[in-house]
Amino acid sequence: MKVEAKILLGLGVFFGVMCAVYWNWSLENAGGVMMFAGMLLGFLPGGYYYWWSRRMAPRAEDDPNATQAQGAGVVGAFPGTSIWPFTLGMGSFFTVLALVFGIWLLVPGLALIVWALFGGVAESRRGGKV
Amino acid sequence: MVDVLEHPAAYDLPEHGHEEHHGPTGILKWLTTTDHKVIGLSYTVTAVVMLVIGGAFAEIIRAQLASPNGTLVSLAQYNELFTMHGSVMIYLFAGPFAFGALANIMVPIQIGAPDMAYPRLNALSYWLYLMGSITMLSGFFTAGGAANFGWVAYAPLSNSLNTPGAGADLWIGGLLLTGFSAIFTGVNLVATIFYLRAPGMTMFRMPIFTWNMLVTAILILLAFPVLTAGLIMLYADRHFGTHIFSVAGGGVPVLWQHIFWFWGHPEVYILALPFFGMVTEILAVFSRKPVFGYKGMVFATLSIAALSLGVWAHHMFTTGVVLLPFFSIMSLLIAVPTGIKIFNWIGTMWRGEIWFSTAMLMAIGFVVTFLIGGLTGIYLASPPLDFFTHDTYFVVAHFHSVVMALVLAGMAGLYYWGPKFTGYLLDERIGKIQFWFLFIGTQVFTLPLYLVGLRGMPRRMAIYPHDPQWQFLNDLSTAGAVLIGVSTILFVVNVVVSWKKHPAGDNPWDGQTLEWFTTSPPPHHNFYRLPIIRSERPTWDYNHPEHRSIAHAPAHPSTEDAR
Ligand code: HEM
Ligand SMILES: [Cu+2]
Repeated sequence: MKVEAKILLGLGVFFGVMCAVYWNWSLENAGGVMMFAGMLLGFLPGGYYYWWSRRMAPRAEDDPNATQAQGAGVVGAFPGTSIWPFTLGMGSFFTVLALVFGIWLLVPGLALIVWALFGGVAESRRGGKV
Repeated sequence: MVDVLEHPAAYDLPEHGHEEHHGPTGILKWLTTTDHKVIGLSYTVTAVVMLVIGGAFAEIIRAQLASPNGTLVSLAQYNELFTMHGSVMIYLFAGPFAFGALANIMVPIQIGAPDMAYPRLNALSYWLYLMGSITMLSGFFTAGGAANFGWVAYAPLSNSLNTPGAGADLWIGGLLLTGFSAIFTGVNLVATIFYLRAPGMTMFRMPIFTWNMLVTAILILLAFPVLTAGLIMLYADRHFGTHIFSVAGGGVPVLWQHIFWFWGHPEVYILALPFFGMVTEILAVFSRKPVFGYKGMVFATLSIAALSLGVWAHHMFTTGVVLLPFFSIMSLLIAVPTGIKIFNWIGTMWRGEIWFSTAMLMAIGFVVTFLIGGLTGIYLASPPLDFFTHDTYFVVAHFHSVVMALVLAGMAGLYYWGPKFTGYLLDERIGKIQFWFLFIGTQVFTLPLYLVGLRGMPRRMAIYPHDPQWQFLNDLSTAGAVLIGVSTILFVVNVVVSWKKHPAGDNPWDGQTLEWFTTSPPPHHNFYRLPIIRSERPTWDYNHPEHRSIAHAPAHPSTEDAR
């Protein structure tokens, strides 16, 4: 986990320096703000990973001499098939069309989105198809 | 069904009999799948369709420009065509092809993972991409036609007075959808690469392609939200009466350019880094050598990505309100890590046992073409030269050398990895003919445009004065575009002709990375077994124990089946 953390922290440092140089030199705010936000995107997750990397036991994927057996245990839960991503996608589609063709399209759009959110969450809870 | 998967990495033991994977078939399978390989294949097909659509627009553009007062399309239609050509190519082909198609299929397999970290989010990405593409293209079917303000939608051209109409709003809406799709893919890739690697697959053993995808994903997370925010502001200006980008209401038009290019320049590398990664692997495999300077390659990728976030205003030199020295220096600096990459690519091939397969030819074609595009970019990074060439065909030529190089690399990727995820090889003879059409066509298309640009021809014009200095070069460029068109047709022909004809076997190219360890196509959760991982070339180590020292692996047994 250390390398992962360092990449993000490095990004934060880079943006911090660039932001300071650029903002003071150019006095242009848009770029300054965007670089500042970029710095945060490096430091926030990077700091979190770093904090964790010092607390957790080393993982098999970080051990250069790991055997496959070392990774024994649960890898994760992977859904088989699910209709909810498609439902959510169609809901987003109608919602975006509402920007162009009129507010009424929000009705099917938001309905599909809400339906998909409930359906997807229920699916995860029950650990299978809903 | 949810599969709870356990290591050892025998994710898909055949004896467990996974009936549930024989679930829905046909269209229902396509609608409900969360398998990264199926989603990646959908991405691949959709993106290639977009390449063909964007290419068709390009052919019409070049046909119009073959003579000074072309009458093939009207002036208004021409504006729609170049806008939608650029938009389809960048937003709907190159981006999704780079991070949604081959990466989606290959990254989990390359690190020994059973799937992406968030399979349902992955499926959502695809649906947002597909519906976003349909949204953007449907502009052509509205009364006012498609968007026509160029793919960059500069203010004030993109406000509701200058470009009213549904086409422009559909363009914004389509981009919102594909933008979210990209962000979700970025999240997914980072989580997959950080959390789902197989035991022994340390960060510095990941294939260069996976490394590049990690960096690309981080770039996506930095850049795309900015674009999305900008689009929402643009929409608000158009419809809610805000004046963020209009001088009249106290806004700042150049702010749009800052926002757009803060996304737009990193986007160039979001498009390019995945292809760099592909080419790196292909050059190594077909030279039968490890990647030359692996760590140098990784650090070059990281520094290219970092620098790319600080150069956006080199697209805005002529606005007169940007800090020229800062952006010029930063842009020139990118040449250093990029040069390292070119050097390492040559180093990888150096004294290799080179196998000139189609994939290898395409990859070499990429290096040459990208070098031309990269070198001319160095000129543009210098403000005095940019003042002279800005908005001329020199710029069009520069970025087409780059993007056509990416097309070559994408083709290399399809010839190289296609057999892995379809299980069948593409025909090598047609492939090589396709390569020559594509490679020569690219040069014949772009090189004259550099000259015609230096001779002052502006971009984005449907008709131009008759001038012998421009005429021949334009004809040549159109001829090149025709050759490129033929190459695309040849690719489609090849797919049809070789359909399920030449079974690939697990490892047709004597590959080095994990994807060549599993079957072609891989099983539902990718691996029946995994080799022990001691270097960045686990499959090669397994197949060539005699070369272990080259792959700098320790001397103890390099293989151990997971079962
Ligand atoms: C068949 C190959 C291609 C041909 C013949 C072609 C041709 C052209 C031409 C002639 C223009 C300039 C139009 C004008 O300024 O009036 C143009 C613009 C552009 N092309 Fe291409 N192109 C090809 C492939 C690509 C690819 C693969 C990409 C990106 C991945 C791409 C991205 C763009 C962009 C972004 C613009 C700028 C559009 C604008 O000015 O708003 N092109 N193309
Ligand atoms: Cu740029």
